[in-house]
Amino acid sequence: MSDTSLQAPGAGTIPGKVTASRKGTRTRRRFRPNGSALVMGLYLLFLMLPIYWLVNMSLKTNAEILGAFSLWPRELTFANYTKILTDASWYMGYVNSLIYVVMNTVISLAVALPAAYAFSRYSFMGDKHLFFWLLTNRMAPPAVFALPFFQLYSSVGLFDTHIAVALAHTLFNVPLAVWILEGFMRGVPREIDETAYIDGYSFGRFFVRIFMPLVASGIGVTAFFCFMFSWVELLLSRTLTSVDAKPIAATMTRTVSASGLDWGVLAAAGVLTIVPGALVIYFVRNYIAKGFALGRV
Amino acid sequence: MNKTVNQKAWFLVLPVLVLVAFSAVIPLMTVVNYSVQDTFGNNVFFWAGLDWFKQMLHSDRMWNALGRQLSFSAIILAIEVPLGVFVALNMPKKGFWASFCLVVMSLPLLIPWNVVGTIWQIFGRVDIGLLGYALNKLGISYNYTQDFFAAWATVIVMDVWHWTSLVALLAYAGLQSIPDAYYQAAKIDQASRWKVFRYIELPKMMGVLMIAILLRFMDSFMIYTEPFVVTGGGPGNATTFLSIDLVKMALGQFDLGPAAAFSLMYFLVILLISYVFYTVMVNLDKREGK
Repeated sequence: MSDTSLQAPGAGTIPGKVTASRKGTRTRRRFRPNGSALVMGLYLLFLMLPIYWLVNMSLKTNAEILGAFSLWPRELTFANYTKILTDASWYMGYVNSLIYVVMNTVISLAVALPAAYAFSRYSFMGDKHLFFWLLTNRMAPPAVFALPFFQLYSSVGLFDTHIAVALAHTLFNVPLAVWILEGFMRGVPREIDETAYIDGYSFGRFFVRIFMPLVASGIGVTAFFCFMFSWVELLLSRTLTSVDAKPIAATMTRTVSASGLDWGVLAAAGVLTIVPGALVIYFVRNYIAKGFALGRV
Repeated sequence: MNKTVNQKAWFLVLPVLVLVAFSAVIPLMTVVNYSVQDTFGNNVFFWAGLDWFKQMLHSDRMWNALGRQLSFSAIILAIEVPLGVFVALNMPKKGFWASFCLVVMSLPLLIPWNVVGTIWQIFGRVDIGLLGYALNKLGISYNYTQDFFAAWATVIVMDVWHWTSLVALLAYAGLQSIPDAYYQAAKIDQASRWKVFRYIELPKMMGVLMIAILLRFMDSFMIYTEPFVVTGGGPGNATTFLSIDLVKMALGQFDLGPAAAFSLMYFLVILLISYVFYTVMVNLDKREGK
């Protein structure tokens, strides 16, 4: 009994060899933590294998990819990465994507902050309907909006600009931002607002000086999710751009259909699109569930 | 959770309203416009009434796409929900390995959707992909570009790979909120592992699990990029789901009327599910507020 319960909860789930070497202990109680470790090990392996294969291919030459089948690169090469980072038609894809994604994050946060505050603090005419209507936009299939967006932005002369994609992505990012922020803001006690007003703060000063620092983590998480959802979206950004604002995602798909041969470069481009998410993932790990569930967990 | 009534709060919501109206209401009205008109080109339109809707309701093409879509959503839900819960139950509760699992599991969720497609396109290829190569070496004939079954299996496994973590993370968040006292009480009652799951963990997880199911249903219902990159809707029309068919119709063939009617019906289904989702959310909030 004490044997398992004293063990640190994570210790039993070390994947791989560490736990396997302990299989000498045959008590039944040992079984559960080891079973968990096995399950998690297998699941994480399932998740990492395709990603590993992509990284593996990005480090090979095309001759090696098509020639011999090998589990790891025999002739390690960074030529694929050099090609992307030195060829403007490739790296401009990343720059374009970053520009519209950042624009979108700023716009979404700017309009969502006051709205989320209003939803979390006040009740007003039609608030529930409005909140629901926002949700329907997060759930709207981009395919439905692709054609009308194309015509709308063409008619106002914004086709193939970064701002067009940024505005189009507000369709699902603004509702997302409002919902997540509202989830965080309701955790801040109302007494703080009231005290601040008694102390003579105006609404604007109170909001920027006192309230925003209190929900700083919420703002960070929201920014991350706006960034992420705009970054992973392809259908709208591809429809709304042709040359000047073409995102990296579209650059990748067009290369596939045009040549269909340069697997190494394609894989390297894929790896580079995973990097931004992978870099910050550690900081938001505890909020991932909350963000994907629109602030409701 | 008593909120003060304040009609001036409308001013705080106004920017969102204007922005979303611009990017949602105007396009949607364009769609409505197209759905009731016909054209012979040159921007000359005339009233067509509900003809397009009737035509779409009688078209095999839409019903087939809807059928494929529903089977796809049903299959991935049947796999991802139990698997996600199972993984969540086996996750370490705290410490380094908990963080490690969270980070690795989140990784597929943050990969651009077309790259997810690319990853599986490469992974499944018979000549250069680990999966395709290994399966063929094992004597299983597998080629997702030609074989109906292989194409479906690839798309489904890809979705399971991509999104099971979402279900797992939500279920995990639900599990974390169960106080230790519940488990201690169960231990005193000498409850079996199954009973602990059935009567403590599952009821406590139900709220978040509903969210997970609805999210997965909705997102799988409008899936476009991943299958488009991997199979392009093929072989034949085997993996042409609703969104793929719609984009083909609207942007490929430029059949504006039918595509618009299709869009609106598609959107109504989503609206209906959104309402269920919203009701679940609100009930969950109420329960928390008590």
